[in-house]
Amino acid sequence: MTTPMAEERDLEFSVGQLTRVEGEGRLHLSVSRDGRVAAQLRIFEAPRYFEQLVVGRTPDEVLDIVARICGICPVAYQMSGVHAFESLAGVSVDPAVRGLRRLLYCGEWIESHALHIFLLHAPDFLGYPSALEMAADHRALVERGLRLKKLGNRLVAIVGGRPIHPVSVRVGGFYRVPTAAELAGIREELRSVLPEAVETVALVAALETPVADRDTRLVCLRHPDEYPMSDGRIVSSDGIDLAPGEWREAFREVQVPWSHALQARAADGVPYLLGPTARVVLASDQLHPTARTALEATGLTLEELRRNVFRSIVSRAVELVHAIAEAVDLLDAYERPARASVPWQPRAGVAAWATEAPRGLLFHRYELDDEGIVRAAQIVPPTSQNQAAIERDLELFAPAVVELPHAAATQRLEQLIRSYDPCISCATHFLDLTIERDR
Amino acid sequence: MATPRVGVVKMASCDGCQLTLLDLEDELLALGERFELVEFPEATSRRSDGPYDVLLVEGSISTPEQAEQIVELRARAKLLVTIGACATAGGIQALRNWGDEPAWRAAVYPDAELIESLAHATPIHEYVKVDAELRGCPIDPGQLLELLTALRVGRRPQLPDEAVCLECKRLGRVCVLVAGGAPCLGPLTQTGCGALCPGYARACYACFGPREQANVASLGRWLEAERSGPGVDRLFAGFTGWAPPFRERAGRAMSGFGTAGAEASVPADGSDGVDDER
Repeated sequence: MTTPMAEERDLEFSVGQLTRVEGEGRLHLSVSRDGRVAAQLRIFEAPRYFEQLVVGRTPDEVLDIVARICGICPVAYQMSGVHAFESLAGVSVDPAVRGLRRLLYCGEWIESHALHIFLLHAPDFLGYPSALEMAADHRALVERGLRLKKLGNRLVAIVGGRPIHPVSVRVGGFYRVPTAAELAGIREELRSVLPEAVETVALVAALETPVADRDTRLVCLRHPDEYPMSDGRIVSSDGIDLAPGEWREAFREVQVPWSHALQARAADGVPYLLGPTARVVLASDQLHPTARTALEATGLTLEELRRNVFRSIVSRAVELVHAIAEAVDLLDAYERPARASVPWQPRAGVAAWATEAPRGLLFHRYELDDEGIVRAAQIVPPTSQNQAAIERDLELFAPAVVELPHAAATQRLEQLIRSYDPCISCATHFLDLTIERDR
Repeated sequence: MATPRVGVVKMASCDGCQLTLLDLEDELLALGERFELVEFPEATSRRSDGPYDVLLVEGSISTPEQAEQIVELRARAKLLVTIGACATAGGIQALRNWGDEPAWRAAVYPDAELIESLAHATPIHEYVKVDAELRGCPIDPGQLLELLTALRVGRRPQLPDEAVCLECKRLGRVCVLVAGGAPCLGPLTQTGCGALCPGYARACYACFGPREQANVASLGRWLEAERSGPGVDRLFAGFTGWAPPFRERAGRAMSGFGTAGAEASVPADGSDGVDDER
């Protein structure tokens, strides 16, 4: 994983702006004469300085600000933030409020996973430049994706106010909690689409999938009783076990010259994988029975999901089932909390927490002064953490495709990158592929 | 009528406003038949440098490259429409315009030299002529559909220019400002959100920006007389703080946040262990 010096470079390969990912990046590969590949994911999304924008702000102001890091996963930013602040202030929310937050998060997982599976990633497998063009031949498939995505968005809107940058979350609870009547309609609709989500797992598992095989370390939250989402300990496939605020004990961020996004690494420098595959593999025992059955019916093993990065679309579909099934269960059990929020007192100290964004572990850390005002912040999005694994996998996979015509090679490499569902606006932006060749 | 060629591009932003187009789930496939989406990197690998009949631009201008790019894009677009608070007012990142940008850069990035950034993040209209705008952080899907429909049939889009406050009154809501004491900016803010925040029992934070002739001084005096707690200026230092009617008060708040010389939250360097020099 070292960059060959210029004189050693044999070949360079570039992909112009990466498409069907969120944000702006390019891919640059250098191939040496002996066939080794060095990959750089060049993220050029304009920096927006969020870690400075929150300085001087109250925790509730921070929750509105950090949502704006990402239009696809604003709830994740609000959830990591609100849990961090509440853990410092010693706030314990009403169990019904806790359930409602999980319901909100399920809505975001449904919306984000459906967007990625059907609109961004499926076109790679079926050979189209976009879902709109894919719809000419596969209209029912695209319509199903839109239907599932819409329900996720509606769920976020009912609980949070609107699908993008919802307004209802605050420290101590919510500004307002929905009535049972407001939630009745969506419950029936989610229940009715569950079979379609289950079918989706079989459908994406049957797609013609490139062969790729590599070992990787996995990292996600793990909770004694729940599928990883907003609570639990940070665990890895090789023994890391930390409280959700202790991310810095095992990981750190470094800056690389080719990216506006800081990269996160484990302390030993070994890349790690976050997201649906990490969660499905490390917490398969906690999947909703409907989701677990759907996965088992594919005949794919957890080891196949872990070793072939192109199978992430299956993991994402399994989680789509999980999120819908869990949302239905939460809605069945819903009783409107007696109080939308509980009062709390600001405290000085460090507020830190990690939750599971659709793309993986999202860590927030804030330092607060005596008035409860933020004085410093660190936000580590999942895509920053996956960057090193993406580059490693490109280096392993690229030798098999760089000799293909440029368009074909680009498509395959982009398909691999999309397997991570990168959110480049989060990590800062997108992909142009360049291959450097020294003839 | 020929199918209009539409482009969707972004500058500095969260992608939420262009995502709103994909969130028109019931209309998306029909829109795909009535418009040719020739450039929309978030959704399609097919690319086009133009010309565009309509170009939707999300995000603020924050880097030297973007400042050049927007001029080139303008030249290739018949109609340029800005979408969202970043494109129309600078967005949340425009709050850095009061900060010490080099110090902020140094605080976020261990090696600040590697980052290309302008001193100010500013709305698109500070660089090029804009033909229409959709406000909001994020934009409202109904307004986006209205805009596209109007463009397709060649009429003016019907977009409200009244205050959140008026819409809220018509909806029969209990006033969060007068009855609840919340520092609501609804009287100053252009609606389009359906008076969302007051409906969720909280104060409007002006994500659609100031309406025409917003009387900032008057509401400011009233809020200062009525409420204790954090100052009134900071209410304006939000997602549309760089918009001229809010700019002065937002600037006063920003000078109080003490952000200029913050220390890097990330160990500067690689000296903390593995310095992977890939």
